Amino acid sequence: MIIASNVSKKFGRLKALDNVSVKLLRGECVALIGPNGSGKTTFIKSLLGMVVPDNGFITFNEKNILHDWNYRSRIGYMPQIGRYPDNMSIGQVLSMMKDIRKMKSSETDDELIEAFELNKMAHKRMRTLSGGTRQKVSASLAFLFNPDVLILDEPTAGLDPVAAEILKQKIIREKQKNKLIMITSHVLSELDEMVTEVMYMQDGQCRFHKKVDVLRAETSEDRLTRVMASIISKM
Amino acid sequence: MQKIIKYVIIDILRNKIVIGYTLFLLAITMSIFNLEDQSTKGLLSLLNIILIVVPLVCILFSAIYVYNSSEFIELLVSQPIKRSTILLSMFTGLSFSMVVAFLIGTGIPILLFEPTSTGITMMGMGVLLTLIFVSVALLTAVYARDKAKGIGWVILLWLYFSLLFDGLILFILYQFSDYPLEKAMVGVSALNPIDLSRILVLLKMDVSAMMGYTGAIFRNFFGTQYGFWIAIAVMLMWAFIPLFITLRKFKRKDL
Repeated sequence: MIIASNVSKKFGRLKALDNVSVKLLRGECVALIGPNGSGKTTFIKSLLGMVVPDNGFITFNEKNILHDWNYRSRIGYMPQIGRYPDNMSIGQVLSMMKDIRKMKSSETDDELIEAFELNKMAHKRMRTLSGGTRQKVSASLAFLFNPDVLILDEPTAGLDPVAAEILKQKIIREKQKNKLIMITSHVLSELDEMVTEVMYMQDGQCRFHKKVDVLRAETSEDRLTRVMASIISKM
Repeated sequence: MQKIIKYVIIDILRNKIVIGYTLFLLAITMSIFNLEDQSTKGLLSLLNIILIVVPLVCILFSAIYVYNSSEFIELLVSQPIKRSTILLSMFTGLSFSMVVAFLIGTGIPILLFEPTSTGITMMGMGVLLTLIFVSVALLTAVYARDKAKGIGWVILLWLYFSLLFDGLILFILYQFSDYPLEKAMVGVSALNPIDLSRILVLLKMDVSAMMGYTGAIFRNFFGTQYGFWIAIAVMLMWAFIPLFITLRKFKRKDL
């Protein structure tokens, strides 16, 4: 569904992405793992066209994303730090997005908005929100338009345990609908029940991209935390 | 595109600077016309104020607005919207609100007190200057990532267009006073939209008789229908060339 070929990006001297090539298919749930500053967010942003790669290209359903913008209607993106216009309220942001995406209220997926009880706080201005509530807004927006692809950058960071659990259950339900889901997280234990593949990045390079079952067999460990620990110690 | 323009305009109206700008222009224009017994004289004083205030407010407000809506831009970029749509909507929203503010603030009093061709020319010049300085502000804001740096640049550009350029011209004229530079001055004036609009309005006012030999040359060129439209075309280029460069840069900008 998404194919990245030899994608490279430099910020000044820093090589944020170094020849990354991956193939992401429908029905997969990919965990994008790597140390801080390994290029995870830059990679995600280049999938969304927010960062324009210096070299290489990315295709979405066999179309180069450089000359196509409409593909983004099929992606739900939850940023690591959601930044929203300060003087808009939650309700205004939600209705603006629905207006821009031209989707009728009957077709949208309001499950998370209801589960997070955002309607009760619809009048609150974005600048007054806590980090966790912002994350709830970001998560609701990502799922709102029922996209084929979900890209979640540290989805549970800053969420309280109840909200994190709601979000996790939602991700698992969406995964069963044969969607492509990409998650970055540093909390490997919470990824265990969701992911089917692991993509490990370090220093802007994609070190490996394998199925979780294969990794489990290779390391003869069961939990993802242990699997990754044993792989990284051998690298 | 209309939807995004709508949200940009709602956002601009919500912060009250534009309303303040309208009232400020209205107050100044009204008081000038009421102080001067002869409205042509009032128009001349008004011209000088407009040529200072309009570029300054447009360039500063637009630059600060673009920096402050970085969140909004970031949110839109991850949505299925063309980048050029985002930028052009910001330009349209900004210039629309600034033009409306200018037309209410100075247009209405001019139409009340001085509805002559000079008055109308001045309104037209104000609108063109608004477009030009909004577009220059966008150019600066897209190129300079840092807000403080960008606003510094914007102030420098304004200083250059309204003061430094004239100083440079005077210096060159004085240094090369032995050479016949009058004709070249017509070309040089195209390098500064503020000067260009000043010349066009002054020529309508018949005070150009006081501008000496250079004034006569200006009159010969800009006084004709042909020269006038060339000047307007140059002003429009000043608005759209920066916008075009901004668009090209913004399409490849990392957010």
